[in-house]
Amino acid sequence: MSEGIGAPVKRKEDKRFITGKGKYTDDIRMENQAYAAFARSPHAHAEINGIETSAAEAMSGVIAVLDGAQLTGDGIGNLICGWAISSKDGSPMNMGAWSALATEKVRYVGDAVAVVIAESKEEAQAAAEAIEVSYNELPVAANIAAALADGAPQVHENAPGNVIYDWELGDGDATAAALAGAAHVTEMDITNNRLAPNAMEPRSAVATYDDAEDHYTLYSTSQNPHVARLVLSAFYQVAPEHKLRVIAPDVGGGFGSKIYIYPEEIVCLWASMKTRRSVKWTAERTEAFLTDAHGRDHVTKARMGFDSDGRIVGFKVSTKANFGAYMSLFSSAVPTYLYATLLSGTYDIPAIHCEVLACYTNTVPVDAYRGAGRPEASFVVERLMETAAREMGKDPAELRRVNFVKEFPYQTQVIMNYDSGDFEGNMNQAMEAADWAGFTARKAEAANRGKLRGIGMACYIEACGIAPSAAVGSLGAGVGLWESAEVRVNPVGTIEVLTGSHSHGQGHETTFAQVVAERFGVPLDSIQIVHGDTDKVQFGMGTYGSRSGPVGISAIVKACDKVEVKVRKIAAHLLECNPDDLVLEDSQVKVPGTNKALGWHEVGLAAYTAHNLPADMEPGLKEGAFYDPENFTFPMGCFVAEVEIDPGTGKTDVVKFVASDDFGVIINPMIVEGQVHGGIAQGVGQALLEEMVYDESGQPVSGSYMDYTMPRAEDVPSFVVEHHNTRCATNPLGIKGCGEAGAIGSPPAVINAITDAIGNNDVSMPATPAKVWAAIQASGTSMAAE
Amino acid sequence: MSTVSMTVNGKAVSADVEDRTLLVDYIREHLRLTGTHVGCDTSQCGTCVVHVEGKAVKSCTMLAAAAEGAEVTTIEGVANGDLHPMQRAFNDNHGLQCGFCTPGMIMSGIDMVNRYKAEGRTLDEAAIRHELEGNICRCTGYHNIVKSIAQAASEM
Repeated sequence: MSEGIGAPVKRKEDKRFITGKGKYTDDIRMENQAYAAFARSPHAHAEINGIETSAAEAMSGVIAVLDGAQLTGDGIGNLICGWAISSKDGSPMNMGAWSALATEKVRYVGDAVAVVIAESKEEAQAAAEAIEVSYNELPVAANIAAALADGAPQVHENAPGNVIYDWELGDGDATAAALAGAAHVTEMDITNNRLAPNAMEPRSAVATYDDAEDHYTLYSTSQNPHVARLVLSAFYQVAPEHKLRVIAPDVGGGFGSKIYIYPEEIVCLWASMKTRRSVKWTAERTEAFLTDAHGRDHVTKARMGFDSDGRIVGFKVSTKANFGAYMSLFSSAVPTYLYATLLSGTYDIPAIHCEVLACYTNTVPVDAYRGAGRPEASFVVERLMETAAREMGKDPAELRRVNFVKEFPYQTQVIMNYDSGDFEGNMNQAMEAADWAGFTARKAEAANRGKLRGIGMACYIEACGIAPSAAVGSLGAGVGLWESAEVRVNPVGTIEVLTGSHSHGQGHETTFAQVVAERFGVPLDSIQIVHGDTDKVQFGMGTYGSRSGPVGISAIVKACDKVEVKVRKIAAHLLECNPDDLVLEDSQVKVPGTNKALGWHEVGLAAYTAHNLPADMEPGLKEGAFYDPENFTFPMGCFVAEVEIDPGTGKTDVVKFVASDDFGVIINPMIVEGQVHGGIAQGVGQALLEEMVYDESGQPVSGSYMDYTMPRAEDVPSFVVEHHNTRCATNPLGIKGCGEAGAIGSPPAVINAITDAIGNNDVSMPATPAKVWAAIQASGTSMAAE
Repeated sequence: MSTVSMTVNGKAVSADVEDRTLLVDYIREHLRLTGTHVGCDTSQCGTCVVHVEGKAVKSCTMLAAAAEGAEVTTIEGVANGDLHPMQRAFNDNHGLQCGFCTPGMIMSGIDMVNRYKAEGRTLDEAAIRHELEGNICRCTGYHNIVKSIAQAASEM
């Protein structure tokens, strides 16, 4: 069987995980290792009057107790948001100071105040509990409404009214005019529920300071170790880059939450220098709920106008976004350039205007979580389309069909330029696979069993591989969003590929190797993918935003291009032929139809012995590349969800779920489908089960797996995942990216199905049994089913 | 401190541990068998599942002292030479992504198949999903985990 592009090759990395030999950060134990435990605020908002540490310092095993005054006194800088967004009036965003250990005020439950370093985890935790912090409690802004109310408590003094920015995109006048002249306007208030990412591996850090070399090493649960090193060096002043090595070994899931550099990593590095000990910290699950960046949390009012033929004429969206107590690393980009730019959906919309008001609250910082802005956009667009179809008495599929973008490239009214796609083709495929036509009969059969059955679709589009660097720079990004790769052919012909992408479940060790194996005609087993260590890989931007396929692999292809040129030159020189006549296959470099052939390993050896190379050629066979995309890629698809609801309890069962995705060229369909499965489960979780709840005093209510409903195996069905792919026009292999699609398209599909089943459009996420039951009572559908 | 003695993966082990030491901490920190994971603090997630006397146990819910004299098997000990059929099934069916929940899933899967076989019951998809109530995965959407366990059930 082929091992190359398109082959469902079993994963190379699996063996260590299925045998218990994976090496995650918490599995690492350094010589001379001590443990960190944090004293955290029990209040959502309070002034710190004093920190009494003497009791803690006297406890067994305690090495040091450190606080924010010492941290800032040592010159450790504040945490920052790396994407500058300006308000409509041109004023810069109001970023409040965020110290890794709070000094004057605490702003959310879980804000770290001090840290204990001790000989054991238990001793550190006991001493952290013995730290006495004197607080003066302040009024709390626990949610968007409270934060934006008149006279609301101020979370940061430099953000009046708790407003971070008041931003807009699109043409307000044109949109207002279009809506004024519309034959029909659908208006909805939509809440996108706050989620906790919940990678199964809690965050962890092991920091070591070597005073002989004045050098730091950090093992970290990071999706992007190079970005971590850059930020720790350039902004937090922990150590200069050449004196800091960051290693992200096996990482147990990320979903965005492990992009950011958190206070704990900063403190562990600093504390390792203060104590001359390796310092380990691993979050407990409740600590993860209290400190990992949450996702979503939008409140939106949207109006979509149609002409008498059902064509969209204008779309106005006003969104309020909760950023929590501090601006996390990429927080500002999420409800702006990752959200408003996708509001054209899969449709040709002539006028769009989006306003976004971002605010502080006394809650955990909010940042990118699987999809990051795009699920929120998809939910708004697809809920509006469904509702509009019902209001106008049109078939929801036909309404979408009329409005689909059909010609490419397509310039939306909100920056994005779609390069490719066949949106109708994906919808047709999904409807066929879901047996949409047979739904009426299934609904009747379910009614006979006393169940309410509903069907819903969502045609999502997303943008992956955020790029190009110059464009994102002009929009405020503090970094470039390219990727790097280095391809090293060893003298024996084996290959090491160094990538700036990071795998935390995505299977890069297999997928990336497949690309190289096919390119050079060598076995998959002769290729090793190296990632996750700043001492090995020179630089990289990491893995998030479904960028590893379209951007990370493209960088590898670019490096392979350079290697291949040199391979051809060497082989042509040795075989006395034209480089262009050579083919690379079956571990040979040969001229087809002749006996002119070299083993792949012979070319490698020739490059390193350098006994007989073309004139002026350097020895060795190693090339690097930096790939900066010319555009985003635009995966899209159509999801169809079918639900059955028990009208007596309001419990929803997702009985069928079909996905038809356009991911461009697929390297490993088995891995791609796995990404879709996982994304759908997270989206079904958002739609039915999950919500991070704070009470009015800012206390987290759903801070453990006893309270926060993670999707279990019984909560989701088996999925039908199909593909209808069109090649991406803007990268070398035509890849679009697949990591987030499942989480983007599934919430609206599920809610559209539920509202179809119960005949009441007023159901918010998560659609818990209590909410659905109440909606059934309000609409009187329960009687219809009985 | 107490001395605890047990057999782990066929090997007799003994150590002085604090009375409060959980079995999972004994396995990870004392025996340095780090394939058994900790993913929560409320016995919900199942990443710590091991076998004690042949039955699946969440090792975060049991004191090391309570396993005195017991036969304990961890993910490192399930294979008899080559891979266990459950391990191979997870590889065959792409039943894992980040791998963090995987050892617990495999240990629960083996236990599930053994129980159903012993009781002569059929382990169909609905039964597998029901039995996985105590194991959380955030990556796979369970689709391929269910397939993996079904394959192993037909082979074990």
